[in-house]
Amino acid sequence: MGAVRRIDAARAGRPGPATADPIVQVRGITKRYGSTEALKDVDVDVPRGKLTTLLGPSGCGKTTLLKIVAGLLDATAGEVLVNGKPISGPGPERAFVFQDFALMPWATVITNVAFGLEMRGVPKAERLETARHCIREVGLAGFEDRYPHELSGGMRQRVGLARALAVSADVLLLDEPFSAVDEQTRRKFQEDLLRLRHQENKTFLFVTHSIEEAVYLSDAIVMLSRRPGRVNRIIEPAIDRSGSPDEIRRDRHYLDTVEEIWHSLRDFVE
Amino acid sequence: MTLFGVRVPMMASLILWCVLWEIVGRLDLIFLVPPFTAVLAAAWELVNTGTFQRATVTTLWAFFVGMGFAIAVGVPVGLLMGRVPAADRLLGMWVNVFVSAPLSALVPVLMILLGMGETTVVATVFLFAVWIIVLDTRAGVQHVPASLLEMARSYGAGRWRTLTRIVILSALPEILAGIRLGMIRGVKGVVIGQLLISIIGYGELFELYSRNFLMEQFWALTILLFAFAMLVAEGVGMLEKKIEYYAGVRQ
Ligand SMILES: Nc1ncnc2c1ncn2[C@@H]1O[C@H](COP(=O)(O)OP(=O)(O)O)[C@@H](O)[C@H]1O
Ligand SMILES: [Mg+2]
Repeated sequence: MGAVRRIDAARAGRPGPATADPIVQVRGITKRYGSTEALKDVDVDVPRGKLTTLLGPSGCGKTTLLKIVAGLLDATAGEVLVNGKPISGPGPERAFVFQDFALMPWATVITNVAFGLEMRGVPKAERLETARHCIREVGLAGFEDRYPHELSGGMRQRVGLARALAVSADVLLLDEPFSAVDEQTRRKFQEDLLRLRHQENKTFLFVTHSIEEAVYLSDAIVMLSRRPGRVNRIIEPAIDRSGSPDEIRRDRHYLDTVEEIWHSLRDFVE
Repeated sequence: MTLFGVRVPMMASLILWCVLWEIVGRLDLIFLVPPFTAVLAAAWELVNTGTFQRATVTTLWAFFVGMGFAIAVGVPVGLLMGRVPAADRLLGMWVNVFVSAPLSALVPVLMILLGMGETTVVATVFLFAVWIIVLDTRAGVQHVPASLLEMARSYGAGRWRTLTRIVILSALPEILAGIRLGMIRGVKGVVIGQLLISIIGYGELFELYSRNFLMEQFWALTILLFAFAMLVAEGVGMLEKKIEYYAGVRQ
């Protein structure tokens, strides 16, 4: 299948697929909400400096898994290692971008972006400078003193992204960050994300239910099955991203991969 | 308000009622209702007397001290109930009983406990105002978006800073609404307290006027009190509007 390299999780043996340098290791994570089993025995390695996507139908436990990695939720069983050490809660090496933005409506853009730094005790002048830099980075220069309600959905999510960038975490965790914005904004945002990924040496763990988005952005796609979510398989779409966004979207490997994922998902949708 | 399909502004309808009052008063039908203009004149005279001014100072003092305590206790208790389920279960029943109980019935008990003085009036104001402040604060805390709390946690905010930087600010619209309603109840409290004790502040004046059938003064005092209650509520209402914009933005 050309440039599409696949690793079947089941065949590669546990724990998960072999990755040279995983920054996040998810080991045997199971999560139950009362009697609902959301995740069952999930193993995932997130390679350093890459963009990894969690893809799966809605309700399969993507948000749950991401929040467990963030340290916001406790797993029923299993553990998460970051840089080889087990986590016991949120940490400075991870930053979360929320699906509903989670901005403080009473605070300006710059105060929102500087929030993480403020919590870390960074002096005011320094944190405002960092925040200003990150606001520029996500293309919101000039909006520093606006309030969230004065911004569009896409701009609000950029604020959320800038806040995550500001704390210079190694791992950015993004929960369907574009689900609440319109299609044009979404595409623009995806391109910005690709650019950021090249500029900053960061690891992205990204949740989406859009196959196109996953293939367009990812170095690796972790496909989760329906509830209880399990790692179904891992796809590494080796797409040549040197061309323009339109060229990439017409690229044969891109289209093939989208098609292939669609077929394999359809198997367990039905 | 609409009258015969025409929108009538608040002030216009108020004027209409005043005119009606004046006519009834002039007709001399009921001695309880003197003409409105006579009441206004009495009000003007009243505010210029030393007795009234002293009574006003006494009343305002009792009101604001009582309100101060009600806010100082009500907001923290509401925060506690909103954040700690165990505290909510422990206190919830009592707060709900007291918020709708006929509290005037308790004032005589307060008189026995605290004597026939200022303290009892302050305690009455507190008792009338505090419960709604607790309930509204609690509601505000419970409506803080879960994702804002997660956001704070994920960026390393501890309990204290989550409370001061997220919870209180997010619940501020409800807290202020609680304080506004608390103040309206507090005005009731101060009047009922003084009336029942009837040797303090306006209560003493009311007692004096009604015993001697000084209806003009009686109504003048009543109107002044109503105006004060409205002014207080309006003031907090204005403060609320200032921050209202973000209440609507919250999910
Ligand atoms: N707090 C919760 N209590 C009970 N069930 C939950 C809770 N959160 C999620 N679930 C359930 O767990 C499953 C996975 O949820 P989620 O992780 O949000 O899925 P996804 O993000 O993939 O749509 C869903 O079936 C959902 O109903
Ligand atoms: Mg989700």
